[in-house]
Amino acid sequence: MSATLLIEQLINGLQLGTMLFLMASGLTLVFGVMGLINLAHGSFYMVGAFVTAVTTASTGSFLLGLTAGSLAAAAAGAVVEVLVIRRLYHRSHLDQVLATFALILIFSEGTRWLFGSSPLWLSPPDWLAGSVALPGGARYPVYRLMILAVGVLISAGLYLLISHTRLGMRIRAGESDREMIGALGVDIRRLYTLVFALGAALAGLAGSLVGALQSVQVGMGEPVLILAFVVIVIGGIGSIKGALLGAILVGVVDTLGRVFLPALFGHFLPPSQAAGVGTALAAMLIYVLMAVILAFKPQGLFAAHD
Amino acid sequence: MTDPSTDATVPTAAPRLGRQCLVNAGLLALTLLAPLVAHLLGEAYYVNLATRIVLIAMAGVGLNLALGHGGMISFGHAAYFGVGGYVAGISAFHAFDGSLLLGLPGSDDMLVIWAVALAACGLLALAIGAVSLRTSGVYFIMITLAFAQMVYYFATSWPSYGGQDGLPIYLRNGLPLIDSQQPLSFFLVCFALLLAAMAITARLMGSRFGAALTMARLNETRLATAGISPYPIRLTAFVISAMITGLAGALYADLNGFVSPAMLSWHFSGELMVIVILGGVGRLFGPLAGAIVYVLMETLLGGLTEYWLFFLGLVLLGVVLFARQGVIGWLAGGTPHG
Repeated sequence: MSATLLIEQLINGLQLGTMLFLMASGLTLVFGVMGLINLAHGSFYMVGAFVTAVTTASTGSFLLGLTAGSLAAAAAGAVVEVLVIRRLYHRSHLDQVLATFALILIFSEGTRWLFGSSPLWLSPPDWLAGSVALPGGARYPVYRLMILAVGVLISAGLYLLISHTRLGMRIRAGESDREMIGALGVDIRRLYTLVFALGAALAGLAGSLVGALQSVQVGMGEPVLILAFVVIVIGGIGSIKGALLGAILVGVVDTLGRVFLPALFGHFLPPSQAAGVGTALAAMLIYVLMAVILAFKPQGLFAAHD
Repeated sequence: MTDPSTDATVPTAAPRLGRQCLVNAGLLALTLLAPLVAHLLGEAYYVNLATRIVLIAMAGVGLNLALGHGGMISFGHAAYFGVGGYVAGISAFHAFDGSLLLGLPGSDDMLVIWAVALAACGLLALAIGAVSLRTSGVYFIMITLAFAQMVYYFATSWPSYGGQDGLPIYLRNGLPLIDSQQPLSFFLVCFALLLAAMAITARLMGSRFGAALTMARLNETRLATAGISPYPIRLTAFVISAMITGLAGALYADLNGFVSPAMLSWHFSGELMVIVILGGVGRLFGPLAGAIVYVLMETLLGGLTEYWLFFLGLVLLGVVLFARQGVIGWLAGGTPHG
């Protein structure tokens, strides 16, 4: 029984980790290439989920909705980059934080204005609705496995894109020396817009996939955004490899902590207290993990930039 | 008041200084007189609104010490504001039902609550600052944010004190000799504490410590070359900054008769930063100007539309992109720091 639970929760943790990676990779790319801290990244997650929910409801096709959600998030990212973000690259981090905080307010309240405060309905399609047997006998939802698979595929695709294509070469060049690739004749403005839109599309995809598990509502991107911050701080800001490792670490530790810490405290505390203490500590676990890692490695595990 | 030009390294031009003094005096007079008039007219609502402005300004004065003067972009000051609030709430909770917390009785005496809130926020900031200040730049922003979220999630998942629902304070905590229930006297107490916080900031920034803190912001290497290690200077400023914000939080909980995790949320950290920037970062009276603008916008726009934060976002975006000096800079000119 316990082994089954462990396997089930490990898969849950990996699934959270891959979704966090989709969020964190965009954040860390944007920081690595453009030197920009973007708080509004969670808004693209929300935009993706809302467009997917609306498109799926009107066309009946989840795949169409998923595509529309990612494309809409990419488009929102491109528009925001051209209108606002572009003016922030040479500003201080404080200005970037404030301007992107303003963007969160605009996106969140704008969405509330359009769709209201109540959550939208989005559920996995019928052909993904069942469950499969895990080794050990427990049933596991197919949809969650599918999310995990998509996350792994996208991560592999991103790796190939960055390490084996011309665009990826430019992105890596942009990370190590922005001025130089501009001098070599690469249209740096277009590259920046492209990278920002790519990050937004990944966030939108994550939002759409998770939106079918949880609810699609205003503010849904914010908890994920903060987890993604923890991920890239642990991994080293600007490093894709760090983001991948950090995402899996945070996903697994958070999921397992929430399940096993209350049980662990049950061994030496009365049940009523154990639940409270365990839950409260589980909620803090990844931040403690972050503090411990930073105490030894202030620049994260794979520091790419100062 | 003491010299409002708190920055020793970049002296403000003389005629500007006169104008800035005038603006500052005007702000203080407005903040003090408006609730007095409201009290005479019997409008307790507006007295409480002024108290709200004063307390948010005080939280901003705290953040401004770290953010404006020290250049430490803390995105987690809601943690101290909320912990201050929870000290007031938890203390009143135990005083109300007579139970013990770690063997100590609760108290409904504000003086005790303030002392505990200052100590709790100071210790918390010491721990958070000790880890966070080892990093810099964008790491520091995200780490302070993450630690504040840790406190937030702890408060929401700890069931004893209301969890997500928050904790009511049934009867406002008391003060010796002063009737804290009466809106105007509570306002005056808060106003006096705001002045004290500003005086402490001005005094600090006028001292050797302030010069060192300014230099830690402008050129860390130069400060180290002068034989002063930047880390303890920053950490001290960070702790004092958190204590001021925490005291404001304790009073804010008493003003509302309620403390909830919303006081700890990262939205509040962001709003507090917005207030400091709107007012004019690194200026002694900036947080007061920012708090006045913010609360008035919230009250006026919030009365017109449910979606006032949308418009706040637009205004903020405009201020960041096009008007860097904030309200005080716009009214008084000059630069607080280069």
